[in-house]
Amino acid sequence: MDPRLNIVEERLKGIKRLIAVSGGKGGIGKSSVASALALMLSKSGYKVGLLDLDFWGPSVHLILGIEEVFPKEERGIVPPQVYGIKFMSIIYYTADKPSPLRGVDVSNAIIELLAVTRWGSLDFLVIDMPPGIGDATLDVIRLMKRVGFLVVTTQSRVTLETVKKILRMLKELKVPILGIIENMKITNSPSVRDQLKTFGVPFLGEIGFDKDLESSTGNANELLKTDFAQDLRKIVWWHLTKKCVNISNEVRSLMEELKTRPGGGER
Amino acid sequence: MHEWSLAQAVIYTAIEYQKKEKLKEITELEIKLGELQQIDIEVFKFALREIAQLKKMVGIKIKIETEKAILKCRVCGHQWSYSDSTKRLDEEEAEFIHFIPEVAHAYLRCPKCKSPDFEITKGRGVWVSSIKGSR
Repeated sequence: MDPRLNIVEERLKGIKRLIAVSGGKGGIGKSSVASALALMLSKSGYKVGLLDLDFWGPSVHLILGIEEVFPKEERGIVPPQVYGIKFMSIIYYTADKPSPLRGVDVSNAIIELLAVTRWGSLDFLVIDMPPGIGDATLDVIRLMKRVGFLVVTTQSRVTLETVKKILRMLKELKVPILGIIENMKITNSPSVRDQLKTFGVPFLGEIGFDKDLESSTGNANELLKTDFAQDLRKIVWWHLTKKCVNISNEVRSLMEELKTRPGGGER
Repeated sequence: MHEWSLAQAVIYTAIEYQKKEKLKEITELEIKLGELQQIDIEVFKFALREIAQLKKMVGIKIKIETEKAILKCRVCGHQWSYSDSTKRLDEEEAEFIHFIPEVAHAYLRCPKCKSPDFEITKGRGVWVSSIKGSR
């Protein structure tokens, strides 16, 4: 018997909302969305965790400029706090070396991380997923029973076709889908929204292609000033948290509380 | 005390088993510790005893056996033991493998063909091999 599987739920029990940021292809902005989303929620007073599950190409630490921090060993592993966010990634243990992992190893490493990471109490855990519907996605669905998926796409037909497969699978498995975000939009065409209508999943909004986003890499404060972040902020506050409020009373009360906080409810 | 979280997982597994099998109490646990994860047995035993007590599992017999880690190259088929390769690992690398054994793929290579594509066939981490109880 693998004992780790029996402790995962215990480790996640203090987390109110689990959001897996997913998408069909690499390079469509999943990690940027996950990073900026975690930052925005944290800046608004929520207790936030951020977990990078893209073991083959971890990049959240690069986007946010996270370095020289390491988890604390305390009856498990306690993630370090960066910008108020509890951040966990395989990079702490690979020292920036490539990690050539087969599927079974990816799965084992995910189970290990989930079994030993002590998140404590969080309002949100944002999970940056690797592209596609491989081991990480299947393990998140299997082990994180309360997870909801936030699906990122672009208007590229190649991306859209893979996103459709993810949506089809999530729907078949009855996994909650918080919604779809169209990233890197370069024309005003509503084609993505139209094409994905048949899935009956909320289309949360669009983020324009931001040619200056790259220059914010490694600087969380600069990231929040980009046009990309401005567009995402609108989506987060007008749609995503509203959707969460519909699902959870706890988050509803948190949202109420947020309105009264200085700097809260940023739009 | 990373061992604590794994010990907790073992005790939770015993509790789940007890519920599933409708046992009155758990009397014996057999645990295998894979060499690759380099678990500190004394710390692990201490944590097991403490957590078992907290969960009111008294008089439980705990047997722990260590299993040698065996790695097998998927490219050339060569099989070797972890203890042979630790000679090339520094303290920090061994510590990283202790936390997530799979990161061994970042630090170890097949001694014969130098490939990182190997399988951990035995002795990876913590495994509950047997749970006994009374009805």
